[in-house]
Order: sequence, then C-alpha cells, then structure tokens
Amino acid sequence: MNWVVIVAGGMIGAPLRYLTDRAVQARHDSVLPWGTFVVNVVGCLVLGVLTGAASVDPDLRLFLGTGLCGALTTYSTFSYETLRLTETGAGLYALANVVGSVAAGLGAAFAGVALGEAVWP
Amino acid sequence: MTFPEPGRRPGGVGQFPVVAVVALGGGLGATARYAASLWWSAQPGGFPWTTFWVNVVGCAVIGLFLVLITETLTPHRLVRPFFGTGVLGGFTTFSTYAVDLQQLFDTGHPRTALAYLAATPLAALTAVWLAATATRQVVAGVRLTGRYGTLEADNPGVPDMEGKKSS
Repeated sequence: MNWVVIVAGGMIGAPLRYLTDRAVQARHDSVLPWGTFVVNVVGCLVLGVLTGAASVDPDLRLFLGTGLCGALTTYSTFSYETLRLTETGAGLYALANVVGSVAAGLGAAFAGVALGEAVWP
Repeated sequence: MTFPEPGRRPGGVGQFPVVAVVALGGGLGATARYAASLWWSAQPGGFPWTTFWVNVVGCAVIGLFLVLITETLTPHRLVRPFFGTGVLGGFTTFSTYAVDLQQLFDTGHPRTALAYLAATPLAALTAVWLAATATRQVVAGVRLTGRYGTLEADNPGVPDMEGKKSS
C-alpha cells in the first residue's frame, strides 16, 4: 500500500512541477529560474503543514508528503540551473538563486509547520 | 510563450506525451527515493544522510545526463522529460531538505542543522559541476578517437576490411 501511494504521489507531483515551471517561465523574462523556485517553496510549505499536523492519516502523509511534495520539489534541476547561471557569466544570480531558494524554502517549512500545528493539532 | 517545440502549440496535443512521461518518471524517481529512505533510515536528530546522498547523487547524474543530451547526443524528444524532469526530479527533493532542517532546528540540534544547511547545496553544486565537466572531457576524448577511427575505416589500405570483403 505504501508503494502504491508513493508512486501515485510522484506521478502527480512531477507533472505538476513541469506544468508550473512552464507556466511561470512563460510569464517573466528574468534569467532567474523562477519556475523551480516556486515549486520548491510551495512544496516546502505543504510538507511543513503535513509535518506540523499531528492528526494526518499516515497514508495521506506518505502520498502528499513523500510522494507528491518530494516529486514536486527538486534538487537536481535547482543545481543544474544554478550551474548554467555560473556558466553563462551570471555568477551573482547563481548565488542569489541558492541563497534565495534555501532561505525561502526554510521559511516556508517553518511557516508550514506552525500552520499545521495550529490548524490540525 | 516559452520554449515551444517546433511545429507545436504550447499546451496543445503535443504536450500530452511529455506530461505522461514526466509522470511515469516521477513515479519511478519517488519510489527510488522512498526505497533509499527505507534501506538507510535516518535517526531523528541526526544528520539526514539518506536525503543528502539522494540529492547529491541525483545532481551528479543530471550533470552527466544533460551535458550528454544537450551537447552530444540528439535523443528522442521524450528522453529528457522522462529521465531529467521525471526520474531525477522525482528522485531528488527540496522539500524534505527544508523540513528536515526545520525539524533539526526545532528539536534543539542547531549544529547538525547548520552543517546540513551548508553541506547539501555545496555538495550538490560540486556534484553537478564535476559531473558536467568530466562528461565534457570524456566526450571530447571520444570525439577525438572517433575521428581517427573514421580515418582508418575510410583508408582503403586497411587489411582487415579488405580481407573480410574478399572472403
């Protein structure tokens, strides 16, 4: 059962990341990879809520947390896009991408846990 | 609209196979990550080694893979969405990294948290850079030997080829 919910979560999270990335990247002309930034921060917020919420069904936690949020967010694309920024001479943007993503992701995780604890104690 | 593929309207029918293989890859990647977390389960309050290595390995593989398919090979158009966006994107995770950090800070392990906070981006970026650089060098080496091979094959004086043809 665990494996089924993980596969299902991953099969929703990954295309959701792909479609969000396309939609976000179509709406700005900055060199920063805002699409990956958005999915990563949203995923941190949702996983934070699930972690803070004590009264969540374990299967739902695996499905939404490990499966969906895990696949929605990505470290590999984040790293590759950062490498591309340094290779194209946008070193400051690369640094901003790393610092900004980690700070925003961590902030979203803290906010999510607090929200989860408050709403579903 | 961004990067529309030639002859296809963004969001049109051509998108369906791409979304489908991203989903398939995402299911596989998430399963592999979950399997890793079961085999090497992390201790609460300890350094999250499993997620750390999942992310670092995923970054090394994407460096190798994307250099190969963007600079050398011209694979089928679904290869990159399946393996790059789907499998590797689903395997690596940013949310678990951030929430594990939050938990380490919250449960009174600030030193482990700070070490993990810095080590993951450093190792991940080093991995993607090393893998991309090494792949470019290997590809350059293969191109060089490939060229010599072509020259030899084109040379009518090579006995091996002549011998096989006459027998």
